[in-house]
Amino acid sequence: MSGISQEDVAHLAHLARIDIPTDELGHYAKQLDAILNAVAEVSSLDTADVVAMSHPVPMTNVFREDTPGVSLTAEQALSGAPAVEDGRFRVPRILDEE
Amino acid sequence: MSDLIKKDASELAGMVASREVSAVEVAQAHLDRIAAVDGAVNAFLHVDTEGALASASAVDAKVKAGEQLSVLAGVPLGLKDILATNGLPTTCGSRVLDGWIPPYDATVVTKLREAGIVILGKTNMDEFAMGSSTEHSAFGPTHNPWDLERIPGGSGGGSSACVSAFEAPLAIGTDTGGSIRQPAAVTGSVGVKPTYGGVSRYGIVALASSLDQAGPCARNVLDTALLHSVIAGHDPMDSTSINSPVPDVIAAAKRADIKGMKVGVIKELGGEGYQAGVRTRFDESVALIESLGAEVVEVSCPSFPAALAAYYLILPSEASSNLAKFDGIRFGNRVGDDGSKSVEQVMSETRAAGFGPEVTRRIILGTYALSAGYYDAYYGQAQKVRTLIKQDFDASFAKVDVLISPTAPTTAFKIGEKLDDPLAMYLNDVATIPVNMAGLPGMSLPIGLAPEDNLPVGLQIIAPAMADDRLYNVGAAIERELLTKWGGPILGLAPELAGA
Repeated sequence: MSGISQEDVAHLAHLARIDIPTDELGHYAKQLDAILNAVAEVSSLDTADVVAMSHPVPMTNVFREDTPGVSLTAEQALSGAPAVEDGRFRVPRILDEE
Repeated sequence: MSDLIKKDASELAGMVASREVSAVEVAQAHLDRIAAVDGAVNAFLHVDTEGALASASAVDAKVKAGEQLSVLAGVPLGLKDILATNGLPTTCGSRVLDGWIPPYDATVVTKLREAGIVILGKTNMDEFAMGSSTEHSAFGPTHNPWDLERIPGGSGGGSSACVSAFEAPLAIGTDTGGSIRQPAAVTGSVGVKPTYGGVSRYGIVALASSLDQAGPCARNVLDTALLHSVIAGHDPMDSTSINSPVPDVIAAAKRADIKGMKVGVIKELGGEGYQAGVRTRFDESVALIESLGAEVVEVSCPSFPAALAAYYLILPSEASSNLAKFDGIRFGNRVGDDGSKSVEQVMSETRAAGFGPEVTRRIILGTYALSAGYYDAYYGQAQKVRTLIKQDFDASFAKVDVLISPTAPTTAFKIGEKLDDPLAMYLNDVATIPVNMAGLPGMSLPIGLAPEDNLPVGLQIIAPAMADDRLYNVGAAIERELLTKWGGPILGLAPELAGA
């Protein structure tokens, strides 16, 4: 499988929304390359007729009764927020300036 | 040093119930022990003196009123800092959650409180449970009470260290790839990862949702079983929780009879790559099991050599998705919000400042493994290997009642030794990971000290799903023989900590 470059790490870091400093990209690239080489071992087994498994307990559509219960108050839900305004989460701007 | 801190949890509960000692005195003895030794051990990130004494006082009031108590009422416990605690900080060992106080309790925490168990505080861990040494905590490493220059295992090194340093007789850990069992092995304590779905995950910060499971840590098998019985059971708040009766782990721990059982030694987990002293103690355990009337056979699980690789694709993939919520918007710390930056910039700066290098590595790795073009070759292929691992276990359990292996390939290594070599660190979990991949229950039991370094070695016992009771039966049978052989608990051999 292919190697991973500094540019790849920068792209992945952008996708993952982690602002990795430029001077650390090389170090991460080297380590990730070594890890990817090691995990390539998953291709060593014959899995042609094997069904993928996403979960140890096969369950589908787990339902419970839809009964009203106690839930967090707005104050509790907002209690750990870094910024609050008018009883709501205050966030940085979400659109680029026109 | 108070005698109370050396007592078993079951004994302490009995003394509290019979008013031989008050729960407040028990809590205070452990708080004093923490004050004396935790500067050196660093097992606790947060000690809740006031809350612990209040819970203990409430137990004492119930005793006086003649109320029926739970099996562990008045016994102190260390809680891994990954479980949400109403009104108490919950950091997951990460800067990104430094100062966060959850507004609710995890289901496990609710059960502990209802049982009158006294929560002393929150224990240290590798950041977001990613690691095998607790060195990846943003708040400094925890030190192994056997040798303060060595690691206490991870990710739940705070939980294993607080139990083995006599700061608490009980602790709660979580185990995604070995984070309860490997710390137990390297600290000479007992740890159990229950069957996946056996203990509620509600309120436990998710690392890899299809692998995570909370479980008990203690200094002997019976105490571990008592704590297991308190926290296990169906929870409507966790859709993966198994809705069937909890196996009778307490009765099994008291039975301790393995005559006529079939025990399988996993061929692929042992031999090359395992420290000589680990192999010595493991081989002795095999002989001991045979002497107790069980039949030991070798079984082969040919897919296990690929388990580590599959795990390090599945875990980062799930983690990269689960950790997306730590973006400084609804809780935790926010960095760089000076009014001029977009939400994307603020999220990126918050996560860069908040996550340590191991968490960053795994998020990037998971993002890569889930990328278009690589998905089938990495994540998809890893999921197929996972199926093969489960099939290997199924085939093995058609022949034997339980499986055994060493818990970890080596004894505790030195702090700093593997910190910047992720692949070397990952190898610590090579024997524990297959169990999580298949959702099975597993125990680590101390079986002696490696002759070459006098550090604890653990035996891993694995049972089929929802047969957790078998772990306790087998573990207790071996433990009884070893206690006779050693003349007392293995932790009696650990050096006294300075300040005690």
